[in-house]
Amino acid sequence: MKTAELVCIVCPASCNLKVYLEDNDLKIEGASCPKGVEFAKNEVMNPVRYVMSVVKVRGGDMPTVSVITRKPVPKDCIWRVMEALANVEIEAPVEIGDIVLRDICGTDIVATRRVKKL
Amino acid sequence: MIFMDRLRVAIVGAGIVGASIARILSSYQNVDILLIDKEPDVGWGSSKANTSIIHPCHEEDPRVHPLRAELCLRGNKLWREWVEELEIPAKWPGELMIFTDSDEEKRAREFLELAKMNKVPGVRVVDREELKILEPNVSSEVLGALYAPTAGIISPFEAVIAIVENAVDNGVKLLTETYVDKVRVSSGRVLGVETSRGFIEADIVINASGIYADKISHTAGVELDFKIVPRRGEYVLFDEDVDVKPTKILHTTPTPRTKGVYAITTVHGNLMIGPTAEDLPIDAKEDLSTTVEGVEYVLREARKLLRSVPPKSRIVRMFAGLRPEPPGGQWLIKVYEDPWGFVNVAGIRSPGLTAAPAIAEYVVKLIEDTYDIKLARKNSWSRFRRDMVRVRNRSLEEVDKLIEKNPDYGEIVCICKTVSKAEVLEAVERILKIGAKVTLDGIKFRTYAGFGKCQGSFCRWRIALLISEKLGIPLNEVVVKKSPYGIGDVKMLWREAI
Amino acid sequence: MKILNYDTVIIGGGPAGIAAAIRTTELGLKSILLENRDVLGGIPLQCIHPGFGLHYFREDLTGTEFITRLIDKLEKTGVEYIVKAYVHSVEYKDFDKKIVNVITPRGVIKINTKTVVFTTGARERHIFEIGVVGDRPDGIYTAGEAQTLMDIYGILPGKEVVIVGSGDVGLIMARRFALEGAKVKAVVEILPYPGGLMRNVMQCLIDFNIPLLLQHTVVKVVGRKRVERVVVAKVDKDLKPIKGTEFEIPCDTLVISAGLRPYIDLLEKLGVVVDPSTGGPVVNEYLETSVPGVFVAGNALVINDLVDYAVEQGELAAEGVKIFVENNGIPTKTWRKIRKGRSIRLAVPHMVSGERDVILYARVSVPERNVFVEIPEIGFKMFSFGVRPAEMLRLRLGKEMFSKLSDNVNEITLEVKPK
Repeated sequence: MKTAELVCIVCPASCNLKVYLEDNDLKIEGASCPKGVEFAKNEVMNPVRYVMSVVKVRGGDMPTVSVITRKPVPKDCIWRVMEALANVEIEAPVEIGDIVLRDICGTDIVATRRVKKL
Repeated sequence: MIFMDRLRVAIVGAGIVGASIARILSSYQNVDILLIDKEPDVGWGSSKANTSIIHPCHEEDPRVHPLRAELCLRGNKLWREWVEELEIPAKWPGELMIFTDSDEEKRAREFLELAKMNKVPGVRVVDREELKILEPNVSSEVLGALYAPTAGIISPFEAVIAIVENAVDNGVKLLTETYVDKVRVSSGRVLGVETSRGFIEADIVINASGIYADKISHTAGVELDFKIVPRRGEYVLFDEDVDVKPTKILHTTPTPRTKGVYAITTVHGNLMIGPTAEDLPIDAKEDLSTTVEGVEYVLREARKLLRSVPPKSRIVRMFAGLRPEPPGGQWLIKVYEDPWGFVNVAGIRSPGLTAAPAIAEYVVKLIEDTYDIKLARKNSWSRFRRDMVRVRNRSLEEVDKLIEKNPDYGEIVCICKTVSKAEVLEAVERILKIGAKVTLDGIKFRTYAGFGKCQGSFCRWRIALLISEKLGIPLNEVVVKKSPYGIGDVKMLWREAI
Repeated sequence: MKILNYDTVIIGGGPAGIAAAIRTTELGLKSILLENRDVLGGIPLQCIHPGFGLHYFREDLTGTEFITRLIDKLEKTGVEYIVKAYVHSVEYKDFDKKIVNVITPRGVIKINTKTVVFTTGARERHIFEIGVVGDRPDGIYTAGEAQTLMDIYGILPGKEVVIVGSGDVGLIMARRFALEGAKVKAVVEILPYPGGLMRNVMQCLIDFNIPLLLQHTVVKVVGRKRVERVVVAKVDKDLKPIKGTEFEIPCDTLVISAGLRPYIDLLEKLGVVVDPSTGGPVVNEYLETSVPGVFVAGNALVINDLVDYAVEQGELAAEGVKIFVENNGIPTKTWRKIRKGRSIRLAVPHMVSGERDVILYARVSVPERNVFVEIPEIGFKMFSFGVRPAEMLRLRLGKEMFSKLSDNVNEITLEVKPK
């Protein structure tokens, strides 16, 4: 039997989880909500992460806009996202939710800050 | 008598001594003065990290150091005029040399005798009862003190800035970020200085380069045995709101090596204690590091002076400065006939700050006398220099009027010290006007933005933004002290990697 | 000079201040919000990571999204505010009269007000107050400053980073530096446990293989012009460096993330009583300080982990202001002091009446697993799988719990009990 201890990061309650894996049977202890159970499953089988950064904005009231992957991406894809963002520049105005880059690691990268046109 | 159309003077070192000499020289006709410093701005050597005291001079033994005693006394008098003419922040609270046992009292009373010899006014021994009235913040474990009312405190870095501004107004040229590698001498005459910016001709080279004065002198082939020991002094500065802030200058009884540890309230309202006195190796001329032992030492000594010392969590800055200690404590002020044109103003250890204006007068006279030159005073010399208008020093009614004329006085960018955008922009202009390099530190010394409780964590980027807009440079290229604020664009490493 | 009259002046336009301004306006009070910067929003403007709004909007938003929504709500509610407004001083004239002196680019404004709400946030501890000696080279930033440079201005502060302190801001910045290609050599933490939320330790350090050096401290910084290296040592149980354990880490950037302190200079000048364990004012359940009519909320009251709590405190203070203005002062009550029992490092508010529901914000002193957080006098008992100093407890005490309490009880005890 394989065991792992993780801290759930779904919400700041940060429950201490214990994961037991025997054959293909996964048992999770310590979660105080179903999201925690889901999280533990995913962390063991298919860990994913949101990736955030900033990209340059031209002609706006702020020089950058913050961006995030719309969905969390597989952990080993994080660097592909960062590489894709390296040379991105967009024009103001930018609204929250605007797509900055399409289809990286199975999701889009969207703006999370409003930048008004100067 | 040598007649020259114009006398070209190069002063190496824009610290308190070099700047004072430049100011005095600028009051004479037919003198072209170039003030050279290796740092980006003026006064960044010993002049910005010292105890800031204008001494009464009862600690100078005129039998051992007659020149120090004489120039110290004259300097104490001159500073009272200079701080008014140049609008340098200063106060004159007087000082108390604290003694805690009979040995210390005996030493303190020896200084009473020196006070009489030097004719320092008003010096007397006070007992514990009177001491408590003179300074309620004094420690209760004291026996008494030697009171010297003519002591003062100035802002030393602002003093250098003010003196240089006035000197430049009167025609002095400043060259910063310029290293003097060698004084060029040929056939027993000074020809000029070889610098990182090339060779600069000069008839007279005045060496006021502080910690490096021995090295500069050696390049001229002069005083090859003269060595300056860097004596490090560490200081601890507390925030303005601590409840123990002495009104008078307090210090422990000096030993033969050092003037003792001081506890003062600076002109900016901070409790400052220090210094240590540690001789570093001759070549450690750039070691300005603070140490755990040094900080512990000054805190311990301060407990002898103050009724309580604030906790370490109230420390707002720990810093260190190097004093140029010459052999035997003797100042080397000499005008040489061989090589003709070389002047040493070297090893100006305490009371250097106090004596600086008098040293400047003395050097100019020494040059006149030794070289048989008669300098004529300018009719048009401007002795006055105006300080910046500062929102923090004004009443709200006055601030309202300032804003009417310039709305930038109403935009406060440093909230700890109430510094307005107008002041930051004016500081940039003043730096450019004297010919120095604009740095965040230079703005800090001129406006106090960054001196407060937050030590710049709120305001540094705001000040940098103003500088970047005013100079038209990218934000990351704004210089902090000597390095840029950022190394580049946030994506620079990714772009390099791809 | 302009003279204005308000029921309340709110000082500081970050999340707590904006929430207080929205709520006081909704409650029909004449209220004005003052912000020193040229935009509202405060710190969340530079927080590009999620974890904001879980309680308030029931969504996991980035700081930037959260604050945009909050500011939109403020505009919709018609809140009065002034940016580039610096509060020079606050004078206490009477129980229900204060004067707030404000400097703006349009001139000086004197505001007569019945109440003041301080939502001035926190300042970051700097390198000197954590006792790091050595040189004072360029390349040293506080974590918040590094965040402003990177995530608003798009500048990279440096590329070989050591982070001092494992507070949340430092952990977040460790990830930011790593994502942008910089090398984060270590996070140095003096305590035996991390200072930030576990989720941040996992997602910012473990994910990126950044070493977390617990029970270590940076003893000194070395560098002529820019940082060249730091000297790190292990510490003993008294947090003092152990001689002989020193080693060097070459780096070009030092990021100080050694904790936040409530920024309450103006409040201290008014003479409020300060709680040394929070660094913020002592308050009653209306979040009123010891000076009548002066309220405080957000990080100026107590350092919060979640913006949601700061916002909630802003609203609570607004409700306190409403009661004050309506009744010409908070009505006299029998206040019960909250006594800090076993393993409670801090708790606000400090006094409760028992006449209304109240929310307690507290932190434990040490991490513990499987514990009860209790107030025995009123029968409050809550189980937790794990409590940590870095994770604030938010405890809701219903007023019905206080009905059991007899009138002569002046103190109730908040404590942590092992299971």
